[in-house]
Amino acid sequence: MPRLSVWFVRASFIHLLLGLFFGALILAQKGISFYPPIWNLFPLHVEFLLTGWLIQLAMGVAFWIIPRFSNGSPHGPVGLVWFSFAFLNAGILTTALQLWFPHALIIGRIAEVCAAILFVIGSWRRVKPQGVL
Amino acid sequence: MPLLTRTFIKTAMICFTLALMLGILLAARVTNGFFPVYIHLLVFGWLTQLIFGVALWMFPKYSNEKPRGYETLGWWSYTLLNSGLLLRAIAEPIQSTQPNPLSGWTLVISAILQFLAGLLFVFNTWQRVREK
Repeated sequence: MPRLSVWFVRASFIHLLLGLFFGALILAQKGISFYPPIWNLFPLHVEFLLTGWLIQLAMGVAFWIIPRFSNGSPHGPVGLVWFSFAFLNAGILTTALQLWFPHALIIGRIAEVCAAILFVIGSWRRVKPQGVL
Repeated sequence: MPLLTRTFIKTAMICFTLALMLGILLAARVTNGFFPVYIHLLVFGWLTQLIFGVALWMFPKYSNEKPRGYETLGWWSYTLLNSGLLLRAIAEPIQSTQPNPLSGWTLVISAILQFLAGLLFVFNTWQRVREK
C-alpha cells in the first residue's frame, strides 16, 4: 500500500472512531436525557462519518488500487493528491468549528471541494484501459 | 474468501435489503420513528459492515502466521456491530413514540456496542494499514 493510502486510510479510521463516539453520545442522549446540548454534535457526527470515514477511505483505497503508470511516477502526480489529503482533513476539521464559528462550515466545505478537485485531477489519467502505459 | 468476511458481507446484504424495504414503508408513511433506523441500516449495517468485511479480506497481511490479525477480535466486532444495530432497530422507534426506561437503557447499551464494534475493528486493522 503506498504511503499516501496509509495516511488516507488511517485518518479515515480516526474519523470513524470520532464519528461513532459522537453518535454513541447522541443515541445515549435519546435513551436517557443526560445532557441535551449533546445534540450539537450531530453535524460533526454526520461530517466525520460521511466525509471523514466513507469518502476518505474510498479515496485512499482508490489511490492504492486503480491502475499505475509503467513510465514515470507510478501513481501520477502524487503531490496533488497529498494536497487533496491535506485539504480534505483541514476541511473536515474546519467544519467541526461550526459550533463556535458559523462561517467555518462554508470554509470547510470549500476546502473539501478543493480536495475533491485535486484528487480528481491527480487520479484522472490513471483510470485507463489495460495496456496503456 | 474467509468465513468472517463472508459473514460480514452477507449480513451487510441483509441490512441493505431491510433498509430499502423500510424505505418503502417510510415513503408510504406506514411507520413512525423509523427514519434513523433506515439511515443507520444503510450507512452502518450496509456500507460500513461491507467495508469491514472486505478490509479484513483485502488489506495487507498482519503476518504470515496471522494474515488477518486477531480473528477473534474480528468476530467480536461483527457480533457487537450487529447486536448494537438490532437493539437500536427495536428500541429507537419505541423510544420515539412511547419512551420508557427499558427502551431508553437499551439505546444506551446499543450505543456502547456500536462504538466498541468500531473500536475493535480499528484496533485489529490498524497494523495492517502499512506501506509495502
